[in-house]
Amino acid sequence: MPFLIIQRLLSTIPVLLVVAVVVFLMLRVSGDPAAILAGDTATSEQIEAVRVALGLDRPVWEQFLGWIVQVLRGDLGESLFTGLPVTTLIGQRIEPTAMLALTTIVFSVLVAVPLGVLAAWRANTWVDRAVMVFAVLGFSVPVFVLGYFLMYAFSISLRWLPVQGYTSPFVDFGAFLRQIILPTLTLSCIYIALIARITRASVMEVLNEDYIRTARAKGQIERIVLFRHALKNAAVPIVTVIGLGVALLIGGVVVTESVFNIPGLGRLVVDAITRRDYPIIQGLILFFAFIYVMLNLMIDLTYAALDPRIRY
Amino acid sequence: MTRLTPTRRGFMAGTAAAAGAAALPLGAARAQAPSGVLRVIPHASLTILDPVATTGYIVRNHGYLIYDTLFAMDENLEVQPQMASGVEISDDGLTYRISLRDGLAWHDGTAVDAEDCALSLIRWGQVDGMGRRLFTYVDSCTHDGASTIVLTLNRPYGLVLQSIGKLSTNVPFMMPKRFSAKPTTERLSAEEMVGSGPFRFVADEFRPGARVVYERNPDYVPRDEPASNAAGGKVVHLEGVEWINFPDPNTQLNALATGEVDYWEQVPADLAPIVATMPGVNVENFNPLGNVGMARFNSLVGASANPGVRRAIARALNQQDLLLAAVGSMEFGQECFSVFPCGTTFANDAGSDFIREPDLEDARRILAESGYDGERFVVLATTDIPVQTNYIQVIVDTMRRIGINVDAQAMDWATVLQRRTSRAPVDEGGWNMFVTWWEGADLLDPVVQFAMSAGGDEAWIGWATDPTIEDMRTQFAEAGSMEEQLELAAKIQERFFEQNFHAVLGQFFTPTGFRDNVSGILQAPPFFWNIRKA
Amino acid sequence: MSAVENAAPLAPPRAPSALAAVKRHPLAAVAALVLAAIVVAAVFAPWVGTVDPTALAPARRLAAASAEHWLGTDHLGRDVWSRMVYGARVSVTVGVAVAVLSIVVGLFVGLFTGFIRWLDPIVMRIMDGLMAIPGILLAIALVSVSGASMVTVIFAITVPEVPRVVRLVRSVVLSVREEPYVEAAVSVGTPLPLILWRHVVPNCVPPLIVQATYITASAMLTEAILSFLGAGTPPIIPSWGNMVAEARLLFQIAPWNLLFPGIALAVTILAVNVLGDALRDRLDPKLAKRVGR
Repeated sequence: MPFLIIQRLLSTIPVLLVVAVVVFLMLRVSGDPAAILAGDTATSEQIEAVRVALGLDRPVWEQFLGWIVQVLRGDLGESLFTGLPVTTLIGQRIEPTAMLALTTIVFSVLVAVPLGVLAAWRANTWVDRAVMVFAVLGFSVPVFVLGYFLMYAFSISLRWLPVQGYTSPFVDFGAFLRQIILPTLTLSCIYIALIARITRASVMEVLNEDYIRTARAKGQIERIVLFRHALKNAAVPIVTVIGLGVALLIGGVVVTESVFNIPGLGRLVVDAITRRDYPIIQGLILFFAFIYVMLNLMIDLTYAALDPRIRY
Repeated sequence: MTRLTPTRRGFMAGTAAAAGAAALPLGAARAQAPSGVLRVIPHASLTILDPVATTGYIVRNHGYLIYDTLFAMDENLEVQPQMASGVEISDDGLTYRISLRDGLAWHDGTAVDAEDCALSLIRWGQVDGMGRRLFTYVDSCTHDGASTIVLTLNRPYGLVLQSIGKLSTNVPFMMPKRFSAKPTTERLSAEEMVGSGPFRFVADEFRPGARVVYERNPDYVPRDEPASNAAGGKVVHLEGVEWINFPDPNTQLNALATGEVDYWEQVPADLAPIVATMPGVNVENFNPLGNVGMARFNSLVGASANPGVRRAIARALNQQDLLLAAVGSMEFGQECFSVFPCGTTFANDAGSDFIREPDLEDARRILAESGYDGERFVVLATTDIPVQTNYIQVIVDTMRRIGINVDAQAMDWATVLQRRTSRAPVDEGGWNMFVTWWEGADLLDPVVQFAMSAGGDEAWIGWATDPTIEDMRTQFAEAGSMEEQLELAAKIQERFFEQNFHAVLGQFFTPTGFRDNVSGILQAPPFFWNIRKA
Repeated sequence: MSAVENAAPLAPPRAPSALAAVKRHPLAAVAALVLAAIVVAAVFAPWVGTVDPTALAPARRLAAASAEHWLGTDHLGRDVWSRMVYGARVSVTVGVAVAVLSIVVGLFVGLFTGFIRWLDPIVMRIMDGLMAIPGILLAIALVSVSGASMVTVIFAITVPEVPRVVRLVRSVVLSVREEPYVEAAVSVGTPLPLILWRHVVPNCVPPLIVQATYITASAMLTEAILSFLGAGTPPIIPSWGNMVAEARLLFQIAPWNLLFPGIALAVTILAVNVLGDALRDRLDPKLAKRVGR
């Protein structure tokens, strides 16, 4: 196992390198932010001076090597606009995003897994159909439309919940809860759909296996059959989807953070893109990729625990 | 508005009186306890903090919170002393001795000194359009002792105090010399935000793109005159100001409705009627100068280098349609056929007949006479700033109707800013037109108005080249009387409307939304002193 | 992921009668009808009561529905009905183009990767890298740096979809490669392209068709989200996505501006998804497990 972990860790290096190259080259397709930094009344010489000061006039490969060396030392560079280190900016913004992701995953799993099991258990009945229609609907509505709708209903009409913002749970847990409910509901929708579908499919497949029939034949209570035997064996694909869904989640986070004004990483990166703040964009996408890769690595390793049949 | 080309004695007398008053014990207003933090939705997010490094309006507004200025403009757009106690101008008009009032201190506790200020002026003068012009007249900018700044000119210049009392961007803010001695390419960071203004920047709380926090500067000594625009006593009644950035206008609207914020700097005009009907919320325009939309031409390359083509486009554009598209209703838009904001001193109607009654037929005739041969006309079409996007759609539609082969290239504003620096022909990534706007405060006269510059390389992007206009701008700057200035302004406008280096797209206003418990809002650019929150 | 492989070569599905199909999947039949109607409207857009969808009339902005403007006008005085119908062209084109492009590219890359062993690790690391970048961010960045046009938007949405298709195709290839009939073909020196074409491609088709429907639906949704973030199709070209994005500000003044394109978008995506589910049940019951949808 330790050898396996090391081997897998090493295999993430080329993946991250690919991410670094792709992002770096992509950003160099269009111009740099020197003109934005210099402002509206700047002359061409002033813009050029800014460009030189930032090292944006150097050849692309030279800039790339400089950046990679920096990254290897754990330094993601500094924002071209605020001059703050990208690591500091990530540190400032990571909590809201992490909390939103966490509440969303927890809420989605709590809702979706029982729904999926229910649908599988009552396969091809109206219960099943209703669950599945809801699941398809979850894929069909743009996240921001759903967000507006929830905000209009619960914050403006009913006045139950605040419209926007984020408070750290370590500062004021009540405020945190009130503010996180709507974004979590909004973001969970697509995730619930995804997990419910996969749970249903996996559980249905397992329900047909011999040992479940045996368990049923032995007179086990249906609930125990479903949740202990069936779900346990369906766990592998469900966990996989949760891992794959992280990429999806980050996409949704970008939008949800905008709608509910949560000062998280999603907005940081979108703002940086609109300004061409290269170091932030590069650093954050690399960071997201790193999280994605590590998460999936962890999931791969949990397979071994969940399903003894899998060997590497 | 009356330009302050003095009657120098009168001005001196006024400032002397003010200086005396400022030396009195702290005013009554200051004794009152400040209440609450004003939660504000600003019009943009603050990332660059150095007000010299960039012209962004958001950076200017930030600057007004934490920095102070030597002179400042009041509501009548007259220049008044602010940090200065007065100015002595030599009889030949070549030496300006500006004295600082007492009790000025930087946020780090050290006293403001004349050398700090002289260096601040020099740093600003390397960047700002009006500053650069001023410094062509300046032999030396130095200090005499700790409280007198000495400006020596090589020839008389009429706009010295207007330049250093400039209302809008870049504003010559004063900073300590360890910062004002920095080269302009080196931008000040969050830790270096030390000014002498009525608020202090809270660096620890700075979350670029999300939140900016200012706290009241308890050591600030306001002037005793009532606050008026950027001039007068900057008395702070708040504990602090918090700028909260909202990426989505719907959420901005809802947050103001529920009282989660107190002040929404720029309500989109379409939403103003909704805001007006919300209980507990007001909407009002505090910027009577408004903004002026402009379609800027590239005078160097392609079809837009042809004055006939530019004139044909200007002839065809219908300001009412443009304004309706840009801001939604004429309640917040005003047709304005002058290159100066309507309602200000130099607004006039010289040479403007041809744009008053837009006429597509006549525009087609002008276009035909210009020798336009159907060459591709590249418009840099902004997609992410609604006012610009809407303007552009009407402009492109109009241009197509008179027979111009428009290539509207959609891109975000960041790309526009980048692409527009190119002077290449359109087939090599060049461009013919982009659309933007300036605040009225930046357009008040032909000198402060950088968009009016026509010195080729030295001009605003688009590189207008016209020695006639440049000569007249210089004459304006050196003019001795208001009559002379008015006459020159009209002549400049007449000449400009022959050349049409840009087309004016009308004047529009951006109302501010605020909760009932907020009072004392001053005229824009948004200032945060004088405001009370109950 | 590892739990991915094992696509059994499929027996060709029996051709059922249309009526039987409708009976088995009444929902899918409705979905197919809806989609057919939308495609017809899109194709015959100029003849279904529309005017020029880009014709501006700022003086008549935000008018309510009337005989002249069936669904009212938008913030620039353009006819909402016309924009919706022409918008169907754009939205459907974006969805279908992304699906076709990503399937074609993914199929091509996946086939060769699966068969040419030295290529496999290189290509798969690149695909892993692309998958590790959040798709929306990649798309926004691509549109931002290369300018907003329909082509850029299609390209930007396609890029993040490709790796998933490659993985799917590769998994089919890997399982087929070991089949005796393929090994036999290799041993008698059949050229690689021919083997791929004859033995491998047919096995990839059913799962790819199903996958294509899901990509279509998600591409249409992504286009709307890109518009929301200011990186969608240029505002002058009507698409449901940018109509919804532009109209959201005016929701409380002119709700029809948001509702109609929003409903059109949701209904279409719903229909595509339902159809996809039905196809999956029919063609490839195991797909759900393999690609995680």
